[in-house]
Amino acid sequence: MITETAKATTASSTALEAYILHVEDSASIEEEMRHYDDPRAASIGALKIVQRRHGWVPDAAIPAIGRLLGIPAAEIEGIATFYSLIFRRPVGRYVIKVCDSVACFLTGYAELRDELCKQLGIGLGQTTADGRFTLLPICCLGACDRGPALMVNDDTHFTVSPQDIARLLERYP
Amino acid sequence: MTADTKPLTYRVDLAAPLDLRGYESQEGYTALRKALKDMQPAEVTHLVKEANLRGRGGAGFPTGVKWSLVPMGEGAPRQKYVICNADEMEPGTFKDRLLMEGAPHQLIEAVILSGYAIQASRGYIFLRGEYVLAAERLERALTEARSAGYLGANMLGSPWSFELYVHSGAGRYIPGEETALINSLEGRRSRPRAKPPFPQNVGLWGKPTVVNNVETLCNVPHIVLRGAPWFHGLSQGKSKESGTKLYGVSGRVKRPGLWELPFGVTAREILEEHAGGMQEGLELKCWLPGGASTDFLMPEHLDLAMDFDTIAKAGSRMGTGLLTVVDNSRGIVSVVRNLEEFFARESCGWCTPCRDGLPWSVKLLDALEHGQGRPGDIETLEQLCRFLGPGRTFCAHAPGAVEPLQSAIKYFRHEFEAGIAQQPIVVPRAVGARNALQHGA
Repeated sequence: MITETAKATTASSTALEAYILHVEDSASIEEEMRHYDDPRAASIGALKIVQRRHGWVPDAAIPAIGRLLGIPAAEIEGIATFYSLIFRRPVGRYVIKVCDSVACFLTGYAELRDELCKQLGIGLGQTTADGRFTLLPICCLGACDRGPALMVNDDTHFTVSPQDIARLLERYP
Repeated sequence: MTADTKPLTYRVDLAAPLDLRGYESQEGYTALRKALKDMQPAEVTHLVKEANLRGRGGAGFPTGVKWSLVPMGEGAPRQKYVICNADEMEPGTFKDRLLMEGAPHQLIEAVILSGYAIQASRGYIFLRGEYVLAAERLERALTEARSAGYLGANMLGSPWSFELYVHSGAGRYIPGEETALINSLEGRRSRPRAKPPFPQNVGLWGKPTVVNNVETLCNVPHIVLRGAPWFHGLSQGKSKESGTKLYGVSGRVKRPGLWELPFGVTAREILEEHAGGMQEGLELKCWLPGGASTDFLMPEHLDLAMDFDTIAKAGSRMGTGLLTVVDNSRGIVSVVRNLEEFFARESCGWCTPCRDGLPWSVKLLDALEHGQGRPGDIETLEQLCRFLGPGRTFCAHAPGAVEPLQSAIKYFRHEFEAGIAQQPIVVPRAVGARNALQHGA
């Protein structure tokens, strides 16, 4: 059911191969660097740019980003592992981020999470076997008056009830 | 809706925010033109101080005072920065989203004005990564403002040059803390810095930096345009605070939402008149006045004015001013367990009391929630509240985290006591032999 382990193995094997940043990605990162007095400040932006291409940040991309920004790979890794929206493991085509903070907790988070887990057949932090969905908890989405809320990739959905889940998932093939 | 009663929101349109021309046709950028033409930078700071504008991000620090601590004049560093804290992530808070999605140009004008006041060389809007729509709209508005000459070299013919960027983050709650935000913007792990030195002297890349919340800044163009006495009048004598405030309610009420109201209206007015009261069949159990990191208040506190001093006197903090109401169908221990799980997960791990104390509190709360607590657990929680309190960590994360916990124990101690197991719990010796001895099991 859960592909976490299998994919993690794939991840470490790619680490051995050289990674060359896509030409468009390097250009975007360089553009980003111009916004700051120190190129290091573009590191989070750079990780997001690489992640947009692969859905996650492959191991070998870490030193490649470090070389472009002129900082050690270990520091890039330190940043990549600190921030919750940077994925250091493969994730599904669609990442569902379900808000578990207090306002959504009070308006039906638990029921929503249970229904998501049931329909997807996975728990929080896991990816479906077909590689379609990853389910993650997330901090308050600033949608407390329209809770419970969740995001699917960049889309935010408000006042989601367990009955809405089946239809919602269909929108993400 | 007019600027005279609802300056922050009268131009807000979530479906189709005003573009540059639309914004300009409704007084947009006139405050910036006025400041650049007629006012010295220090005059802007003085005016904001005189208006008694206090930070709307939760701490309530006087904005003009913050700006006046920045070195100015010949001897000051050439590089200075303004940062707009748009990392809105305090659970229960959803106000800055509205201002950014509904009136992006208002915020941009406001940030430029704050930059002018401290003679900053550059500004950043530090936006949380999840606010995708706000990012799109701010970027579009920035492009328009740049092409109209509101940004760049020698703006509107003045000797001052300024550039402004959106910096989109990548998650976590801690970048909302101002020094952790600066670390994050620099491309580091987001952990707080020791203060002093304060960011006004040593901030972004070691240079003087001012960090202000979105709602705070959005007041500035209106103050510049209409003056301090007008701003004082906005609170209609309901409070010694000035201006309006975005108040909101979430939880199981009839009409959850957000309203711009005179500063200092009562919590009862917000909850009952604007949010329509509790949903049918539910009663108010307690409420958080302004986010997860504020102490719970009770129904008898509803008639208090929602301002910094009044809420502080009642033993809590106004925080962000958005109420989260807990209804009587909820056990308080489970609500507090949810809150502390959030704080435990979001601790950056830099300070030991916070990193280790918060998961410990979650473990105890989880046991109490499931009737598996032990005698002494409540006292341990109280001890944690002291050990995680102000002054024991670099930033306010841990002190904020224990506010709902300490107040929940104060008001609902019987619910915590009900979670202590009636029968002694036998601890498997393999995992906790020493504990088992201590508990006499």
